[in-house]
Amino acid sequence: MNANGSIAANGTSVSIQNLSLNFGAISVLQTLNLDVAEGEFIVLLGPSGCGKSTLLNCIAGLLDVSEGRIFIKGKNVTWEEPKDRGIGMVFQSYALYPQMTVEKNLSFGLRVAGLAKDEIAKRIVRAAEILQIEPLLHRKPAALSGGQRQRVAIGRALVRDVDVFLFDEPLSNLDAKLRAELRVEIKLLHRKLENTMIYVTHDQIEAMTLADRIAVMKGGVIQQLDAPQTIYNRPVNRFVAGFLGSPAMNFLDGRLEQAAGDWHFVAEDVRIPLATYAFEKDPVPGPAVFGIRPEHVAFNSGTGWPFAATANVEVVEPMGSDTLVWLKLAGQNFTVRVTAERTPNNAEAVGIGFDPMRASLFDAATGNRL
Amino acid sequence: MSDHTVSLPAGPGTLEAYGPSGPKPRHMFSRRNIFLYGTLIVVALYYLLPLYVMVVTSLKGMPEIRLGNIFSPPMEITFEPWVKAWSSACTGLNCDGLSRGFWNSVRITIPSVILSIALASVNGYALANWRFKGADTFFIILIVGAFIPYQVMIYPIVIILREVGLYGSLSGLVIVHSIFGMPILTLLFRNYFTSMPEELFRAARVDGAGFWGIYFRIMLPMSLPIFVVAIILQVTGIWNDFLFGVVYTRPDTYPMTVQLNNIVNSVQGVKEYNVNMAATILTGLVPLIVYFLSGKLFVRGIAAGAVKG
Repeated sequence: MNANGSIAANGTSVSIQNLSLNFGAISVLQTLNLDVAEGEFIVLLGPSGCGKSTLLNCIAGLLDVSEGRIFIKGKNVTWEEPKDRGIGMVFQSYALYPQMTVEKNLSFGLRVAGLAKDEIAKRIVRAAEILQIEPLLHRKPAALSGGQRQRVAIGRALVRDVDVFLFDEPLSNLDAKLRAELRVEIKLLHRKLENTMIYVTHDQIEAMTLADRIAVMKGGVIQQLDAPQTIYNRPVNRFVAGFLGSPAMNFLDGRLEQAAGDWHFVAEDVRIPLATYAFEKDPVPGPAVFGIRPEHVAFNSGTGWPFAATANVEVVEPMGSDTLVWLKLAGQNFTVRVTAERTPNNAEAVGIGFDPMRASLFDAATGNRL
Repeated sequence: MSDHTVSLPAGPGTLEAYGPSGPKPRHMFSRRNIFLYGTLIVVALYYLLPLYVMVVTSLKGMPEIRLGNIFSPPMEITFEPWVKAWSSACTGLNCDGLSRGFWNSVRITIPSVILSIALASVNGYALANWRFKGADTFFIILIVGAFIPYQVMIYPIVIILREVGLYGSLSGLVIVHSIFGMPILTLLFRNYFTSMPEELFRAARVDGAGFWGIYFRIMLPMSLPIFVVAIILQVTGIWNDFLFGVVYTRPDTYPMTVQLNNIVNSVQGVKEYNVNMAATILTGLVPLIVYFLSGKLFVRGIAAGAVKG
């Protein structure tokens, strides 16, 4: 699958062309293409082992590619050293030099590059101010908390004054509360600096909240590259549909059938009319998978929906802000997201309804969107 | 023993009323402690006894030694044997004592330790972080080197040193020590550097540091413990070496161990036990001091450099 997303009008910052990477006989990345516009925030999202961190390391120049080319700012950097690529990188484990103070950590790259002392001082002051780490400058990393360490790590990329920021799961080592805080800070930072940022994560919330575009990866291939809302609402295949969204999308196995000119999705006694569904291509009768997100299903709200049914509640999972209700539809598990005030009782008979306009249909064999 | 046990009054609610509170009572003379410390004391005495005999004998004069009471403390303490061992005992034609061997050993040990550790640490660093093509094969070859018995190598090395004109010189012996220290030291350093987070190395590369920049500015400051271990291993190993010393040097460049052997094993004249004992203690002093000064660091470093794939 090719992933040439639309390129913003203001030019390309990072361009990856036909990139392949093999470790011996194992192919990690396969002829991958990706264009990142200037100032864009791209998130590489996928399960572990999908090649997202590998791709980032290739962009950084920390791994030698087997085939293909990488351009940064229009310059072919495929065989350049990391320092010559105009990138800054933030690592999951912070990777701060333990024997150096925060200030020395920030200035290390600049000192290696042989910058003038006053220029180094100026840049450190600026980075420390942006990240609010001025009081920490003379401490060693061991005397910092996780959140502070990650700020310093971001600062180290910041002082390099680069065009492209690379983030390798920067928030994964932090607890949930800090993660949410730093997520917002990274977003603010991006707005302030307007740099290109490429961000690797397996956390779909981080991806949805931060990205201008998300590249969902699996097995070294970009499955879909698009704006978060598009990926969420119109996933190109069943993998993308299942990977994004929590609680996960409902999938029903069944068949596509045509009756009197109208298309229906049929699973046992359930017949879902598809008049409002926008098909990608002309449908053909046969096995298919019907997917709909739990929050797109209406609960006990009348019969005005294109599809409505009643079912018995099997399990209720209260999650605080809302409640997840498990039912059986056509003999298959089906979940509905309900506001906390309307939590039903176990075994209660409830009515559900939805508009197939918001659903996704997938080919049963290939998993591609229909 | 049993008189230290706390007796609880019987009855309901006992545990609530008399349950644990305050420091746990210690039974100094419990059966367990007596057994434990008794064994330790016996073993310690067993190991210390020879040292005691050596020290005591070295402080006696020859007439007193001839009485045959080797465990009895000296009646008249004399430092004569120590002075003789250091400065006037005869080995072969030279009669300037162990001092000559001591300085030879210093001149062998210091350059050998520095050279072997410098080479091995760079080797280990390259093998751990710059995984060049064939790195694993190279590493295996190096490790196999650690298992080749020294005896096999002695004669070929004699020939090599003779051909390059270093046979019998101290620099020749320094090179031999450096080569033989390489496999085990490289393994030590490689394992230590492998255990360091890889992202640190990557961050340094993004920051623009090269091979030597990362080695000197990132890796070295973080690896003090393993350097201490390597120094201890090499200092004691090279100082205590006898075989290479006797094979690759000449009488006037003999290291201290070889000279000690020549003093103790000389067959001419009276056996001066007190001088022999003093000479032996003098020779063993350097490794002993190294161990005393570095005990804790040594254990820490060994644990840090433990063999890891």
